[in-house]
Amino acid sequence: MDTAFIIETLVKIVVVLLVFSALAGFGTYFERKVLAFMQRRLGPMHVGPYGLLQIAADGIKLFTKEDIVPAGVVGPIFKIAPVITAATAFMAAAAIPFLPEFTIFGYTVHPIIADVNIGILYILGVMAIGLYGPLLGGMASNNKWSLISAARGAAIFISYEVVTGLSLLVPLMIVGSLSLLDFNEYQAANGWMAFAHPMGFVSFILFWIAAFAETGRTPFHLVANDHEIIDGFGTEYSGMRWGLFFIGEYANMFFISFVMAIIFLGGYGDGTVMGALGLLLKVAFFFFFFLWTRAAWPDVRPDQLMWLCWKVLMPLAVVNVVITGIVMMF
Amino acid sequence: MSLEQFTDRNVGQQHYFKVEIDDYPQTGWEKFKQVTRRALSGELFVGLWVVMREMIKFDIHTVQYPKEKLPIGPRYRAVHEMQRLFESGTERCIGCGLCEKICISDCIRMDTRIDENSRKEVTEYTINLGRCIFCGYCAEVCPELAIVHGPRYENTSEQREHFILFEDMLTPIDMAIKGEQKEYPGFGAVTPHEDARVKKTPLAY
Repeated sequence: MDTAFIIETLVKIVVVLLVFSALAGFGTYFERKVLAFMQRRLGPMHVGPYGLLQIAADGIKLFTKEDIVPAGVVGPIFKIAPVITAATAFMAAAAIPFLPEFTIFGYTVHPIIADVNIGILYILGVMAIGLYGPLLGGMASNNKWSLISAARGAAIFISYEVVTGLSLLVPLMIVGSLSLLDFNEYQAANGWMAFAHPMGFVSFILFWIAAFAETGRTPFHLVANDHEIIDGFGTEYSGMRWGLFFIGEYANMFFISFVMAIIFLGGYGDGTVMGALGLLLKVAFFFFFFLWTRAAWPDVRPDQLMWLCWKVLMPLAVVNVVITGIVMMF
Repeated sequence: MSLEQFTDRNVGQQHYFKVEIDDYPQTGWEKFKQVTRRALSGELFVGLWVVMREMIKFDIHTVQYPKEKLPIGPRYRAVHEMQRLFESGTERCIGCGLCEKICISDCIRMDTRIDENSRKEVTEYTINLGRCIFCGYCAEVCPELAIVHGPRYENTSEQREHFILFEDMLTPIDMAIKGEQKEYPGFGAVTPHEDARVKKTPLAY
Protein backbone atom coordinates (compact mmCIF):
# COMPACT_ATOMS: atom_id res chain seq x y z
CA MET A 1 0.00 0.00 0.00
CA ASP A 2 1.80 3.12 -1.18
CA THR A 3 1.65 6.58 0.31
CA ALA A 4 -0.27 8.11 -2.60
CA PHE A 5 -3.13 5.68 -2.07
CA ILE A 6 -3.34 6.50 1.65
CA ILE A 7 -3.30 10.24 1.02
CA GLU A 8 -5.89 9.91 -1.73
CA THR A 9 -8.18 7.86 0.50
CA LEU A 10 -7.85 10.32 3.37
CA VAL A 11 -8.63 13.23 1.06
CA LYS A 12 -11.66 11.39 -0.28
CA ILE A 13 -12.90 10.66 3.22
CA VAL A 14 -12.59 14.31 4.21
CA VAL A 15 -14.29 15.46 1.02
CA VAL A 16 -17.21 13.06 1.45
CA LEU A 17 -17.61 14.05 5.10
CA LEU A 18 -17.55 17.77 4.37
CA VAL A 19 -19.70 17.64 1.24
CA PHE A 20 -22.42 15.51 2.77
CA SER A 21 -22.44 17.37 6.08
CA ALA A 22 -22.99 20.54 4.08
CA LEU A 23 -25.54 18.81 1.87
CA ALA A 24 -27.42 17.70 4.97
CA GLY A 25 -27.69 21.36 5.91
CA PHE A 26 -28.79 22.34 2.43
CA GLY A 27 -31.20 19.44 2.53
CA THR A 28 -33.03 21.02 5.44
CA TYR A 29 -33.15 24.30 3.52
CA PHE A 30 -34.53 22.61 0.40
CA GLU A 31 -37.01 20.67 2.48
CA ARG A 32 -38.36 23.80 4.12
CA LYS A 33 -38.50 25.64 0.81
CA VAL A 34 -40.18 22.84 -1.13
CA LEU A 35 -42.70 22.15 1.61
CA ALA A 36 -43.44 25.86 1.82
CA PHE A 37 -43.96 26.25 -1.93
CA MET A 38 -46.26 23.25 -2.00
CA GLN A 39 -48.29 24.82 0.80
CA ARG A 40 -48.35 28.30 -0.80
CA ARG A 41 -45.86 29.70 1.68
CA LEU A 42 -42.43 31.23 1.19
CA GLY A 43 -40.37 29.38 3.76
CA PRO A 44 -37.23 30.92 5.27
CA MET A 45 -36.71 34.37 3.75
CA HIS A 46 -35.02 36.62 6.28
CA VAL A 47 -31.50 35.29 6.88
CA GLY A 48 -29.49 36.13 3.79
CA PRO A 49 -30.85 36.33 0.24
CA TYR A 50 -33.91 34.08 -0.05
CA GLY A 51 -33.08 32.72 3.39
CA LEU A 52 -29.97 30.94 2.11
CA LEU A 53 -27.97 31.66 5.26
CA GLN A 54 -30.64 30.03 7.39
CA ILE A 55 -28.39 26.94 7.39
CA ALA A 56 -25.59 28.94 9.01
CA ALA A 57 -28.00 30.36 11.58
CA ASP A 58 -29.28 26.87 12.39
CA GLY A 59 -25.74 25.55 12.65
CA ILE A 60 -24.67 28.32 15.02
CA LYS A 61 -27.76 27.70 17.10
CA LEU A 62 -27.14 23.96 17.31
CA PHE A 63 -23.45 24.34 18.13
CA THR A 64 -23.88 26.95 20.83
CA LYS A 65 -26.88 25.44 22.58
CA GLU A 66 -26.38 24.02 26.02
CA ASP A 67 -25.68 20.29 26.00
CA ILE A 68 -28.20 18.84 28.42
CA VAL A 69 -27.95 15.29 29.74
CA PRO A 70 -31.14 14.93 31.76
CA ALA A 71 -31.28 13.23 35.14
CA GLY A 72 -32.22 9.57 35.04
CA VAL A 73 -30.83 8.76 31.60
CA VAL A 74 -28.30 6.03 31.03
CA GLY A 75 -25.40 8.38 30.44
CA PRO A 76 -22.92 6.55 28.20
CA ILE A 77 -25.59 5.06 25.95
CA PHE A 78 -27.47 8.34 25.77
CA LYS A 79 -24.28 10.06 24.67
CA ILE A 80 -23.17 7.50 22.10
CA ALA A 81 -26.55 7.02 20.36
CA PRO A 82 -26.42 10.11 18.11
CA VAL A 83 -22.85 9.28 17.16
CA ILE A 84 -23.98 5.85 15.97
CA THR A 85 -26.62 7.37 13.67
CA ALA A 86 -24.30 9.93 12.12
CA ALA A 87 -21.26 7.64 11.94
CA THR A 88 -23.02 4.69 10.32
CA ALA A 89 -24.64 6.98 7.77
CA PHE A 90 -21.21 8.21 6.68
CA MET A 91 -19.60 4.78 6.95
CA ALA A 92 -22.14 3.47 4.47
CA ALA A 93 -20.88 6.06 2.01
CA ALA A 94 -17.51 4.29 1.79
CA ALA A 95 -18.69 1.79 -0.82
CA ILE A 96 -20.76 4.17 -2.95
CA PRO A 97 -19.26 5.40 -6.25
CA PHE A 98 -20.39 9.00 -6.27
CA LEU A 99 -19.06 9.87 -9.72
CA PRO A 100 -17.37 8.06 -12.60
CA GLU A 101 -13.60 8.03 -12.39
CA PHE A 102 -11.99 11.15 -13.77
CA THR A 103 -8.48 12.49 -14.36
CA ILE A 104 -7.33 15.67 -12.69
CA PHE A 105 -3.79 17.04 -13.22
CA GLY A 106 -2.79 13.73 -14.77
CA TYR A 107 -3.92 11.75 -11.73
CA THR A 108 -6.81 9.34 -12.06
CA VAL A 109 -9.29 9.64 -9.22
CA HIS A 110 -11.77 6.92 -8.36
CA PRO A 111 -14.56 8.69 -6.46
CA ILE A 112 -15.25 5.64 -4.31
CA ILE A 113 -13.49 5.33 -1.00
CA ALA A 114 -13.29 1.55 -0.86
CA ASP A 115 -14.28 -0.62 -3.82
CA VAL A 116 -15.00 -3.68 -1.73
CA ASN A 117 -16.38 -6.62 -3.67
CA ILE A 118 -19.36 -6.96 -1.29
CA GLY A 119 -20.26 -3.28 -1.60
CA ILE A 120 -24.04 -3.47 -1.43
CA LEU A 121 -23.95 -5.99 1.41
CA TYR A 122 -21.67 -3.66 3.34
CA ILE A 123 -23.92 -0.66 2.70
CA LEU A 124 -27.04 -2.50 3.81
CA GLY A 125 -25.31 -3.84 6.91
CA VAL A 126 -23.94 -0.50 8.03
CA MET A 127 -27.20 1.31 7.32
CA ALA A 128 -28.96 -1.32 9.41
CA ILE A 129 -26.59 -0.64 12.31
CA GLY A 130 -27.74 2.96 12.06
CA LEU A 131 -31.00 1.88 13.63
CA TYR A 132 -29.17 1.42 16.93
CA GLY A 133 -29.04 5.22 17.21
CA PRO A 134 -32.80 5.73 17.61
CA LEU A 135 -33.16 2.43 19.44
CA LEU A 136 -30.50 3.01 22.09
CA GLY A 137 -31.20 6.74 22.32
CA GLY A 138 -34.90 6.07 22.84
CA MET A 139 -34.35 3.38 25.44
CA ALA A 140 -31.74 5.36 27.37
CA SER A 141 -33.69 8.62 27.43
CA ASN A 142 -35.89 7.91 30.46
CA ASN A 143 -38.86 9.27 28.55
CA LYS A 144 -42.08 7.52 27.60
CA TRP A 145 -42.24 9.02 24.13
CA SER A 146 -38.68 8.01 23.43
CA LEU A 147 -39.40 4.49 24.63
CA ILE A 148 -42.42 4.19 22.32
CA SER A 149 -40.25 5.49 19.51
CA ALA A 150 -37.56 2.89 20.23
CA ALA A 151 -40.13 0.10 20.31
CA ARG A 152 -41.59 1.28 17.01
CA GLY A 153 -38.13 1.53 15.53
CA ALA A 154 -37.35 -2.07 16.42
CA ALA A 155 -40.66 -3.36 15.07
CA ILE A 156 -40.42 -1.42 11.83
CA PHE A 157 -36.78 -2.32 11.36
CA ILE A 158 -37.53 -6.04 11.26
CA SER A 159 -40.32 -5.43 8.77
CA TYR A 160 -38.61 -3.29 6.20
CA GLU A 161 -35.20 -4.93 6.27
CA VAL A 162 -36.82 -8.14 4.99
CA VAL A 163 -38.28 -6.26 2.05
CA THR A 164 -35.02 -4.43 1.39
CA GLY A 165 -32.99 -7.62 1.30
CA LEU A 166 -35.45 -9.62 -0.79
CA SER A 167 -35.99 -6.84 -3.30
CA LEU A 168 -32.24 -6.46 -3.73
CA LEU A 169 -31.87 -10.18 -4.41
CA VAL A 170 -33.31 -9.76 -7.90
CA PRO A 171 -30.68 -7.32 -9.24
CA LEU A 172 -28.03 -9.34 -7.44
CA MET A 173 -29.15 -12.49 -9.26
CA ILE A 174 -29.29 -10.71 -12.58
CA VAL A 175 -25.91 -8.99 -12.27
CA GLY A 176 -24.17 -11.71 -10.29
CA SER A 177 -22.01 -9.35 -8.25
CA LEU A 178 -22.25 -7.32 -5.06
CA SER A 179 -20.02 -4.46 -6.12
CA LEU A 180 -21.78 -1.26 -7.11
CA LEU A 181 -19.23 -0.71 -9.88
CA ASP A 182 -20.29 -4.02 -11.44
CA PHE A 183 -23.92 -2.94 -11.21
CA ASN A 184 -23.03 0.20 -13.07
CA GLU A 185 -21.09 -1.59 -15.80
CA TYR A 186 -23.84 -4.16 -16.28
CA GLN A 187 -26.44 -1.45 -16.73
CA ALA A 188 -24.22 0.57 -19.04
CA ALA A 189 -24.14 -2.48 -21.29
CA ASN A 190 -27.67 -3.85 -20.88
CA GLY A 191 -29.89 -0.89 -20.03
CA TRP A 192 -31.32 0.28 -16.74
CA MET A 193 -32.20 -2.41 -14.27
CA ALA A 194 -35.59 -0.88 -13.49
CA PHE A 195 -36.71 -0.88 -17.13
CA ALA A 196 -34.75 -3.66 -18.83
CA HIS A 197 -36.42 -6.39 -16.74
CA PRO A 198 -40.00 -6.43 -15.43
CA MET A 199 -38.72 -8.13 -12.26
CA GLY A 200 -36.18 -5.37 -11.91
CA PHE A 201 -38.97 -2.81 -12.02
CA VAL A 202 -40.94 -4.60 -9.32
CA SER A 203 -37.91 -4.84 -7.06
CA PHE A 204 -37.13 -1.17 -7.78
CA ILE A 205 -40.56 -0.15 -6.50
CA LEU A 206 -40.24 -2.46 -3.48
CA PHE A 207 -36.81 -1.10 -2.62
CA TRP A 208 -38.05 2.46 -3.05
CA ILE A 209 -40.88 1.85 -0.60
CA ALA A 210 -38.49 0.20 1.85
CA ALA A 211 -36.12 3.16 1.48
CA PHE A 212 -38.83 5.40 2.92
CA ALA A 213 -38.98 3.15 5.98
CA GLU A 214 -35.20 2.92 6.13
CA THR A 215 -34.75 6.69 6.25
CA GLY A 216 -37.90 7.24 8.29
CA ARG A 217 -39.48 9.63 5.83
CA THR A 218 -43.06 10.67 5.76
CA PRO A 219 -45.37 7.86 4.82
CA PHE A 220 -43.41 5.78 7.34
CA HIS A 221 -42.32 8.58 9.64
CA LEU A 222 -43.25 6.66 12.76
CA VAL A 223 -40.08 6.67 14.79
CA ALA A 224 -40.14 10.43 15.34
CA ASN A 225 -43.73 11.35 14.60
CA ASP A 226 -44.12 14.89 15.85
CA HIS A 227 -47.87 14.86 16.37
CA GLU A 228 -47.96 11.58 18.28
CA ILE A 229 -44.73 11.11 20.19
CA ILE A 230 -43.12 14.60 20.19
CA ASP A 231 -39.78 13.90 18.53
CA GLY A 232 -39.59 10.25 19.58
CA PHE A 233 -36.03 9.29 20.39
CA GLY A 234 -34.91 12.91 19.98
CA THR A 235 -37.21 14.35 22.65
CA GLU A 236 -34.57 14.55 25.37
CA TYR A 237 -31.70 15.57 23.11
CA SER A 238 -30.50 19.13 22.69
CA GLY A 239 -27.87 21.02 20.82
CA MET A 240 -25.33 19.18 18.74
CA ARG A 241 -26.36 15.73 19.94
CA TRP A 242 -29.73 16.27 18.35
CA GLY A 243 -27.92 17.83 15.38
CA LEU A 244 -26.00 14.58 14.85
CA PHE A 245 -29.27 12.67 14.58
CA PHE A 246 -30.38 15.25 12.07
CA ILE A 247 -27.22 15.09 9.97
CA GLY A 248 -27.40 11.32 10.02
CA GLU A 249 -30.99 11.31 8.81
CA TYR A 250 -30.34 13.66 5.91
CA ALA A 251 -27.04 12.03 4.93
CA ASN A 252 -28.91 8.72 4.92
CA MET A 253 -31.46 10.17 2.53
CA PHE A 254 -28.71 11.23 0.13
CA PHE A 255 -26.87 7.92 0.34
CA ILE A 256 -29.96 5.78 -0.17
CA SER A 257 -30.79 7.98 -3.17
CA PHE A 258 -27.33 7.23 -4.57
CA VAL A 259 -27.79 3.52 -3.95
CA MET A 260 -31.17 3.48 -5.71
CA ALA A 261 -29.86 5.47 -8.64
CA ILE A 262 -26.82 3.21 -9.05
CA ILE A 263 -28.54 -0.14 -8.61
CA PHE A 264 -31.77 0.46 -10.48
CA LEU A 265 -31.46 3.55 -12.67
CA GLY A 266 -28.16 2.98 -14.42
CA GLY A 267 -25.86 4.98 -12.13
CA TYR A 268 -23.43 7.15 -14.06
CA GLY A 269 -23.77 5.05 -17.20
CA ASP A 270 -20.76 5.04 -19.48
CA GLY A 271 -18.79 7.39 -17.25
CA THR A 272 -18.87 10.54 -19.36
CA VAL A 273 -19.64 13.98 -18.00
CA MET A 274 -23.24 13.57 -19.10
CA GLY A 275 -23.41 10.29 -17.24
CA ALA A 276 -22.12 11.92 -14.07
CA LEU A 277 -24.63 14.75 -14.40
CA GLY A 278 -27.33 12.15 -15.01
CA LEU A 279 -26.44 10.39 -11.77
CA LEU A 280 -26.63 13.64 -9.83
CA LEU A 281 -29.98 14.42 -11.48
CA LYS A 282 -31.39 11.03 -10.50
CA VAL A 283 -30.18 11.51 -6.93
CA ALA A 284 -31.72 14.97 -6.89
CA PHE A 285 -35.01 13.51 -8.09
CA PHE A 286 -35.02 10.84 -5.42
CA PHE A 287 -34.23 13.43 -2.75
CA PHE A 288 -36.95 15.72 -4.08
CA PHE A 289 -39.38 12.81 -4.01
CA PHE A 290 -38.67 12.34 -0.30
CA LEU A 291 -39.74 15.96 0.25
CA TRP A 292 -42.62 15.73 -2.21
CA THR A 293 -44.26 12.82 -0.45
CA ARG A 294 -43.87 14.63 2.85
CA ALA A 295 -46.01 17.45 1.49
CA ALA A 296 -48.61 15.16 -0.07
CA TRP A 297 -49.04 11.96 1.87
CA PRO A 298 -50.33 11.13 5.32
CA ASP A 299 -48.49 8.94 7.79
CA VAL A 300 -49.50 5.34 8.36
CA ARG A 301 -49.80 3.66 11.71
CA PRO A 302 -47.06 1.27 12.85
CA ASP A 303 -49.36 -1.73 12.55
CA GLN A 304 -50.29 -0.64 9.02
CA LEU A 305 -46.64 -0.40 8.07
CA MET A 306 -45.94 -3.86 9.45
CA TRP A 307 -49.03 -5.18 7.69
CA LEU A 308 -47.80 -3.63 4.45
CA CYS A 309 -44.29 -4.99 4.82
CA TRP A 310 -45.10 -8.51 5.96
CA LYS A 311 -48.34 -9.27 4.13
CA VAL A 312 -48.00 -7.34 0.88
CA LEU A 313 -44.43 -6.40 0.08
CA MET A 314 -42.64 -9.47 1.36
CA PRO A 315 -44.83 -11.99 -0.57
CA LEU A 316 -44.43 -9.83 -3.66
CA ALA A 317 -40.66 -9.79 -3.19
CA VAL A 318 -40.50 -13.55 -2.68
CA VAL A 319 -42.63 -14.22 -5.78
CA ASN A 320 -40.42 -11.77 -7.65
CA VAL A 321 -37.29 -13.66 -6.62
CA VAL A 322 -38.80 -17.01 -7.62
CA ILE A 323 -39.88 -15.73 -11.02
CA THR A 324 -36.45 -14.24 -11.59
CA GLY A 325 -34.86 -17.57 -10.74
CA ILE A 326 -37.14 -19.44 -13.15
CA VAL A 327 -36.48 -16.92 -15.91
CA MET A 328 -32.73 -17.14 -15.38
CA MET A 329 -32.75 -20.92 -15.33
CA PHE A 330 -34.42 -21.23 -18.72
CA MET B 1 -100.88 25.83 2.37
CA SER B 2 -102.69 23.84 4.95
CA LEU B 3 -101.78 23.56 8.57
CA GLU B 4 -101.02 19.88 8.29
CA GLN B 5 -97.73 20.44 6.58
CA PHE B 6 -96.53 22.43 9.54
CA THR B 7 -97.84 20.09 12.16
CA ASP B 8 -96.28 17.04 10.50
CA ARG B 9 -93.29 16.36 12.67
CA ASN B 10 -92.49 13.04 11.04
CA VAL B 11 -89.23 14.23 9.53
CA GLY B 12 -86.31 12.09 8.53
CA GLN B 13 -87.93 9.94 5.86
CA GLN B 14 -88.98 12.21 3.02
CA HIS B 15 -86.04 14.13 1.58
CA TYR B 16 -83.10 12.52 3.25
CA PHE B 17 -80.67 10.23 1.50
CA LYS B 18 -77.94 8.21 3.08
CA VAL B 19 -74.27 8.53 2.30
CA GLU B 20 -73.09 5.47 0.49
CA ILE B 21 -70.82 3.49 2.75
CA ASP B 22 -69.58 0.19 1.43
CA ASP B 23 -70.07 -2.85 3.60
CA TYR B 24 -67.02 -3.93 5.45
CA PRO B 25 -65.29 -6.81 3.68
CA GLN B 26 -66.11 -10.11 5.34
CA THR B 27 -64.17 -12.78 3.54
CA GLY B 28 -60.50 -12.78 2.66
CA TRP B 29 -61.27 -12.46 -1.04
CA GLU B 30 -63.33 -9.32 -0.42
CA LYS B 31 -60.55 -7.85 1.66
CA PHE B 32 -58.10 -8.61 -1.11
CA LYS B 33 -60.36 -6.93 -3.66
CA GLN B 34 -60.68 -3.84 -1.45
CA VAL B 35 -56.93 -3.57 -0.98
CA THR B 36 -56.32 -4.01 -4.69
CA ARG B 37 -58.91 -1.42 -5.61
CA ARG B 38 -57.52 1.10 -3.15
CA ALA B 39 -53.94 0.38 -4.10
CA LEU B 40 -54.56 0.79 -7.82
CA SER B 41 -56.96 3.72 -7.72
CA GLY B 42 -54.02 6.10 -7.70
CA GLU B 43 -55.21 8.40 -4.96
CA LEU B 44 -51.65 8.78 -3.74
CA PHE B 45 -50.67 10.14 -7.12
CA VAL B 46 -53.60 12.55 -7.09
CA GLY B 47 -52.17 13.90 -3.83
CA LEU B 48 -48.72 14.20 -5.37
CA TRP B 49 -50.15 16.04 -8.36
CA VAL B 50 -52.12 18.49 -6.22
CA VAL B 51 -49.10 19.69 -4.26
CA MET B 52 -46.93 19.76 -7.39
CA ARG B 53 -49.58 21.89 -9.14
CA GLU B 54 -49.51 24.36 -6.29
CA MET B 55 -45.72 24.51 -6.48
CA ILE B 56 -45.78 25.16 -10.23
CA LYS B 57 -48.50 27.79 -9.98
CA PHE B 58 -46.39 29.47 -7.31
CA ASP B 59 -49.37 31.36 -5.97
CA ILE B 60 -47.75 32.38 -2.70
CA HIS B 61 -50.03 33.80 -0.06
CA THR B 62 -47.40 34.85 2.43
CA VAL B 63 -47.26 38.53 3.38
CA GLN B 64 -43.75 39.38 4.53
CA TYR B 65 -45.09 41.59 7.27
CA PRO B 66 -42.50 44.18 8.18
CA LYS B 67 -41.69 44.71 4.50
CA GLU B 68 -45.17 44.34 3.07
CA LYS B 69 -48.36 45.38 4.76
CA LEU B 70 -51.90 44.55 3.94
CA PRO B 71 -54.03 47.62 3.25
CA ILE B 72 -56.40 48.47 6.07
CA GLY B 73 -59.89 49.83 5.69
CA PRO B 74 -60.46 53.58 6.09
CA ARG B 75 -62.71 52.93 9.06
CA TYR B 76 -60.06 50.95 10.90
CA ARG B 77 -59.82 52.07 14.51
CA ALA B 78 -56.18 52.25 15.58
CA VAL B 79 -54.38 54.70 17.86
CA HIS B 80 -56.10 58.09 18.17
CA GLU B 81 -54.88 61.23 16.46
CA MET B 82 -55.64 64.87 17.22
CA GLN B 83 -56.22 67.10 14.18
CA ARG B 84 -55.49 70.79 13.71
CA LEU B 85 -57.46 73.43 11.86
CA PHE B 86 -56.30 73.82 8.29
CA GLU B 87 -56.02 77.60 7.99
CA SER B 88 -54.69 78.70 11.37
CA GLY B 89 -53.05 75.54 12.56
CA THR B 90 -54.62 75.81 16.00
CA GLU B 91 -55.97 72.83 17.75
CA ARG B 92 -59.43 71.70 16.80
CA CYS B 93 -60.18 70.44 20.27
CA ILE B 94 -62.41 72.85 22.11
CA GLY B 95 -62.32 71.02 25.41
CA CYS B 96 -66.02 70.21 25.44
CA GLY B 97 -65.40 66.96 27.32
CA LEU B 98 -67.86 64.85 25.30
CA CYS B 99 -65.25 62.18 24.57
CA GLU B 100 -64.38 61.94 28.25
CA LYS B 101 -68.05 61.62 29.05
CA ILE B 102 -68.89 58.96 26.47
CA CYS B 103 -65.81 56.80 26.92
CA ILE B 104 -67.21 53.48 28.11
CA SER B 105 -63.91 52.15 29.39
CA ASP B 106 -63.28 55.41 31.20
CA CYS B 107 -59.81 55.92 29.81
CA ILE B 108 -59.89 59.55 28.62
CA ARG B 109 -58.92 62.27 31.07
CA MET B 110 -58.92 65.98 30.22
CA ASP B 111 -58.41 69.18 32.09
CA THR B 112 -59.33 72.64 30.78
CA ARG B 113 -59.08 76.26 31.74
CA ILE B 114 -60.24 79.62 30.41
CA ASP B 115 -57.30 81.34 28.79
CA GLU B 116 -56.52 85.04 28.32
CA ASN B 117 -58.76 85.36 25.26
CA SER B 118 -61.54 83.79 27.33
CA ARG B 119 -61.41 80.71 25.12
CA LYS B 120 -61.52 77.29 26.63
CA GLU B 121 -58.10 75.69 26.42
CA VAL B 122 -57.10 72.06 26.94
CA THR B 123 -54.31 71.81 29.47
CA GLU B 124 -54.20 68.06 30.02
CA TYR B 125 -55.44 65.35 27.71
CA THR B 126 -54.48 61.69 28.07
CA ILE B 127 -55.86 58.44 26.80
CA ASN B 128 -54.95 55.34 28.76
CA LEU B 129 -54.38 52.94 25.88
CA GLY B 130 -54.06 50.07 28.30
CA ARG B 131 -57.75 50.49 29.05
CA CYS B 132 -58.95 51.73 25.66
CA ILE B 133 -61.04 49.19 23.80
CA PHE B 134 -60.93 51.19 20.54
CA CYS B 135 -64.70 51.35 20.28
CA GLY B 136 -64.57 54.65 18.40
CA TYR B 137 -67.24 56.44 20.45
CA CYS B 138 -64.90 59.36 21.18
CA ALA B 139 -64.28 59.95 17.49
CA GLU B 140 -67.95 59.58 16.72
CA VAL B 141 -69.11 62.00 19.36
CA CYS B 142 -66.50 64.70 18.70
CA PRO B 143 -68.32 67.76 17.27
CA GLU B 144 -65.16 69.32 15.88
CA LEU B 145 -63.66 66.24 14.13
CA ALA B 146 -60.70 66.80 16.42
CA ILE B 147 -60.10 63.30 17.73
CA VAL B 148 -60.05 60.59 15.08
CA HIS B 149 -58.81 57.05 14.90
CA GLY B 150 -55.66 56.98 12.79
CA PRO B 151 -54.30 54.12 10.70
CA ARG B 152 -51.28 53.48 12.92
CA TYR B 153 -51.80 50.00 14.32
CA GLU B 154 -48.15 49.26 15.13
CA ASN B 155 -48.20 50.59 18.67
CA THR B 156 -45.38 48.58 20.15
CA SER B 157 -43.35 50.70 22.50
CA GLU B 158 -40.90 50.55 25.35
CA GLN B 159 -43.35 52.20 27.71
CA ARG B 160 -47.07 52.09 27.97
CA GLU B 161 -47.09 55.86 28.49
CA HIS B 162 -46.17 56.41 24.86
CA PHE B 163 -48.85 57.53 22.38
CA ILE B 164 -51.17 58.72 25.07
CA LEU B 165 -50.35 62.40 25.62
CA PHE B 166 -52.17 65.11 23.77
CA GLU B 167 -48.88 66.33 22.27
CA ASP B 168 -48.09 62.87 20.92
CA MET B 169 -51.46 62.54 19.26
CA LEU B 170 -51.58 66.09 17.93
CA THR B 171 -50.51 66.73 14.36
CA PRO B 172 -47.11 68.50 14.59
CA ILE B 173 -47.43 72.21 13.89
CA ASP B 174 -44.89 72.22 11.06
CA MET B 175 -46.82 69.50 9.26
CA ALA B 176 -50.05 71.44 9.71
CA ILE B 177 -48.50 74.63 8.32
CA LYS B 178 -47.20 72.80 5.27
CA GLY B 179 -50.67 71.36 4.73
CA GLU B 180 -49.51 67.80 5.16
CA GLN B 181 -52.23 66.92 7.60
CA LYS B 182 -54.64 64.55 5.98
CA GLU B 183 -58.31 64.68 6.71
CA TYR B 184 -58.69 61.14 7.84
CA PRO B 185 -61.69 59.51 6.18
CA GLY B 186 -62.08 57.07 8.99
CA PHE B 187 -64.12 56.70 12.08
CA GLY B 188 -65.85 59.86 13.23
CA ALA B 189 -65.12 61.77 10.03
CA VAL B 190 -67.70 63.31 7.74
CA THR B 191 -68.96 60.82 5.21
CA PRO B 192 -68.13 61.69 1.58
CA HIS B 193 -71.66 62.49 0.42
CA GLU B 194 -72.56 64.59 3.42
CA ASP B 195 -73.10 67.80 1.41
CA ALA B 196 -75.69 66.18 -0.82
CA ARG B 197 -77.49 64.55 2.02
CA VAL B 198 -77.64 67.48 4.42
CA LYS B 199 -81.13 68.90 5.05
CA LYS B 200 -82.27 72.23 6.21
CA THR B 201 -82.76 72.62 9.88
CA PRO B 202 -86.45 72.00 10.40
CA LEU B 203 -87.31 75.38 11.83
CA ALA B 204 -90.77 75.23 10.35
CA TYR B 205 -92.03 72.93 13.04
